[in-house]
Amino acid sequence: VRPLFTLAGVALLTAAAVSVFAQGTGTASITVEQPWARATPAGAQTSAAYMTLDNKSSSADRLIGVSSDVAAKLQIHEMTMINGVMQMRQLTDGLPVPAGGSVALKPGSYHIMLIGLQRPLAAGDSFPLTLTFAKAGNVSVTVPVRAIGATPGDSGMGSMQGKPGGMAPMEMK
Amino acid sequence: MMRTGHAIMAAVTGFAVAAGVVFFGVGLIAPSRGAGQASAAIGGPFTLVDDTGAPVTEAALAGKPSAMYFGYTFCPEACPTTLLDMSRWIKKLGPDADKLNYVFITIDPQRDTPKLMHSYLSSFDKHIRGFTGTPEQTAKVAKEYRVYYKRIPTSDGGYLMDHSTMIYLMDARGRFVTVIPYQDDDASAMAKLWNLVATAASS
Repeated sequence: VRPLFTLAGVALLTAAAVSVFAQGTGTASITVEQPWARATPAGAQTSAAYMTLDNKSSSADRLIGVSSDVAAKLQIHEMTMINGVMQMRQLTDGLPVPAGGSVALKPGSYHIMLIGLQRPLAAGDSFPLTLTFAKAGNVSVTVPVRAIGATPGDSGMGSMQGKPGGMAPMEMK
Repeated sequence: MMRTGHAIMAAVTGFAVAAGVVFFGVGLIAPSRGAGQASAAIGGPFTLVDDTGAPVTEAALAGKPSAMYFGYTFCPEACPTTLLDMSRWIKKLGPDADKLNYVFITIDPQRDTPKLMHSYLSSFDKHIRGFTGTPEQTAKVAKEYRVYYKRIPTSDGGYLMDHSTMIYLMDARGRFVTVIPYQDDDASAMAKLWNLVATAASS
């Protein structure tokens, strides 16, 4: 319905292609699927990055840090909407990723907040991001930038609920 | 219309009670108040600064119905999403879009300078004006519109803002009509905006 539909679809395919290059530290048991970040309005200092973290190991893990040269600070946040009031909270203890399970970072929920952007993010751009897990260590991904109004719903895939279905699953190489 | 106003006030009341947080205008959200009073209670005079740096009051909106949204430019998700929605709806209104005012009022005036507001809004429909002001002016307009906002510190010494996410629709005399909730679908939002356009000629 939305005019962004096609654009978002294209962007998602780009995301699929890019995340193939996700690299772990050899023993990493976390894969990062469908990363993307929101393009920014002019002058905006912040954006958000989204993805699905899939823990293929039999032990629980935790996302404890995020780094990138795209922004001065990167924080793990949770957004909730209560009676029309948007609340954002920093997850200072990190984000748990259950054993054999996955966690979706998506609009309206968990996300990586990019604070103090070093440059504007335009749809079609991409930037490197390194996620640090308590057990799996560092996992680096390339994050494509999608249009300002992009949402998982726009993609029409309906598969961003934490399971790597819908599109071809993307494994680390 | 009245029923909607009442529902909003009920929801707002529920939130304030449930969360136990500071809420502006507590005296006005008693459930025993009538819907008519509730709708009359939202909105009011304000003094702010527009995105060109010029002083602006409610007089700048008089004579046209208005769609008003309260947010901040550091907002990574809800605000750009809403302003993009609003931009799309403005486009759908076509020539009738000129019959309404569209305003983005920051609840983070310390960071949202007129210059930044102007830059930020250049990424959205040109109809949307940006208002900022002093913290006191912001608190006053937020209180009048029953907008909740609260500063939340982060570990790096910075802060985030919790805030209401609905778009307020006001008639040409500044009286509350209804709201468009966050991420309302296009059909619902457009119906409300077309109703507002229809009142433009008669008020």
